[in-house]
Amino acid sequence: MRFLGACILVLLSTTVGASGKEAFKYPPPDLGPDYVAPHTSMPEITHEIPPIVDVAILVIALTLASYVALKKRSRTGTWLLCVASLAYFGFYRQGCVCPIGAIQSVAEAIFNPAAAISLAVIVFFILPLMFTLFFGRTFCAAVCPLGAMQEVVLIRPLRLPKWLTCALGLLPCVYLALAVLFAATGSAYVICRYDPFIALFRLNGPAGMLILGASFLVISMFVGRPYCRFLCPYGLLLGWASKLSWKRVTITPDECIKCRLCENSCPYGAITTPNADTLPDDRKIGAITLVCMLVVAPLAIAASAWIMVRTAPSMAKMHPTVRLAERIVREDAREVSDTTDASQAFRESGRPTKELAAEAAEIRDNVTQGSGWAGAFIGLVIALRLISLATRRTREDYQADRASCVACGRCYEFCPVNPRNRAPQDGGDG
Amino acid sequence: MDKTQDKLTRRNFLRTTTRGVCAAGLGALALTAARGKGVSMRRMVWQIDPTKCTACGNCATHCVLTESAVKCAHDFSKCGRCNFCFGYYKSGSSGAKSHAGVEFQLCPTHAFVRKHVVEDSYEYTIDIDKCTGCGICVKGCKEGNGSLFLQVDQDRCMNCNECTIATACPAQAFVRRPADDPYWLQQRPEAKS
Repeated sequence: MRFLGACILVLLSTTVGASGKEAFKYPPPDLGPDYVAPHTSMPEITHEIPPIVDVAILVIALTLASYVALKKRSRTGTWLLCVASLAYFGFYRQGCVCPIGAIQSVAEAIFNPAAAISLAVIVFFILPLMFTLFFGRTFCAAVCPLGAMQEVVLIRPLRLPKWLTCALGLLPCVYLALAVLFAATGSAYVICRYDPFIALFRLNGPAGMLILGASFLVISMFVGRPYCRFLCPYGLLLGWASKLSWKRVTITPDECIKCRLCENSCPYGAITTPNADTLPDDRKIGAITLVCMLVVAPLAIAASAWIMVRTAPSMAKMHPTVRLAERIVREDAREVSDTTDASQAFRESGRPTKELAAEAAEIRDNVTQGSGWAGAFIGLVIALRLISLATRRTREDYQADRASCVACGRCYEFCPVNPRNRAPQDGGDG
Repeated sequence: MDKTQDKLTRRNFLRTTTRGVCAAGLGALALTAARGKGVSMRRMVWQIDPTKCTACGNCATHCVLTESAVKCAHDFSKCGRCNFCFGYYKSGSSGAKSHAGVEFQLCPTHAFVRKHVVEDSYEYTIDIDKCTGCGICVKGCKEGNGSLFLQVDQDRCMNCNECTIATACPAQAFVRRPADDPYWLQQRPEAKS
């Protein structure tokens, strides 16, 4: 390495010396043959874990989590794995890159082929989704460091009213739409910017991030997994995948005896109660509601897309180039007398203002177009949620809701039915 | 149970089919993301493009680490070995140069080591552990040959998915580079020839 560095330096000095001595204001002096220039410091990465090892550990953790949650049906096992993941992915690996943040890297790579991305990041994004398609949200249960953090501090879960969880449950789709929009246009990685626990994992960071983390931690003591349920955009994707899962968490290892013991065991409100015995609402009213919802659906999509397109100009300001272009326009119009670091840097670079304006205009177009799609997506998710609220599905027994169950395994311990440790049944009616 | 068995099968069939479609879709998504020119087998790390860097000072204050991962580096092949180094001395302190004490040094943490080589030539090295990455010396050296530059010390960088300094960089000088070639100096075209 030292030899290589020396070679580079020699090459550098010879080529520079030959091609442009006059390029230097103060030409490097001839220091004699005995003089050896020191090396430019280029510290090597000593703490790097090869991406392949990271991916391997993720696969092992996901396999273990699925095995412990579905096959062993062990709450203790899930808890231990959860703590181990928190220690490794959280405090040791210090959070980056995680599948949640990988959403943005993948989105950017899809929309901008020139964006630099590591293959490992794509694998990190895909793997938990694939596992969830087959085994439910076992990633959330015991692999995700953010989930683990909230899991371990939960001491006294409060039961939130259903309307509140339902309304807050729509936030992840807004967050996902915005995160993909900002990442795809190269504006910002908002998920990483507002990551709740990264500053705690590093025990270091800007004050804002630390305060955010601390407040999430306090809320997590009384509300089960507030980030996972009401913000996490990856959790939304996993919830959808989980609806299709091959195996799933079943509260009871055998047939449900409807003893109601598990009813209050889930701090995440993911247990659905049987409704076969309750009287259904009037069919006619139900049908009318459903028709209304179906009519509302396209309206909701259109309205949400319209709102997003209307806010696009202000969202485009998330991109530094757009901000800079606007600043330059204002400075040129003498609306402001001072300059910013960015505008100064731009003027020093000697780039033509027109070029910058064109680039900013293109980004604005992209954001406007993207926000239309993002708005339509948000509208669609809201419409589907409304439609699902208007339909009734008969449930015979106590079940873990496919989408919102994070496979933590608390309910296992409440079920009096034996034999325990029986293999999970194939996904039944959801 | 028998009554619902058929219904279950149908729903399960639909579910299995959709699952297959989704798995294929995810695979397609991964391939789309992996098609680009920017995809690397290696980890990607952050680095500063010194040709864009304006040494604004944000590197010292905006890193998630208390001690910034950005450090000053010295390209000795460009250094003029000046006696009156613009990166070492405060401007206007030229009168007192021959016996300059710390009060005339530009570096707020006195991270520079000045060594006499021959005649009027001096060698300037940086004590990385003292350097805060503030870039004051880099700004000073822009008056000279510009041999001082800021770079991300890869052994310190946490390699955040979104670099907080990059978001605060007025010149958009932060770029991602593959981890096996993380430093700008090695990458310069002259070095490759």
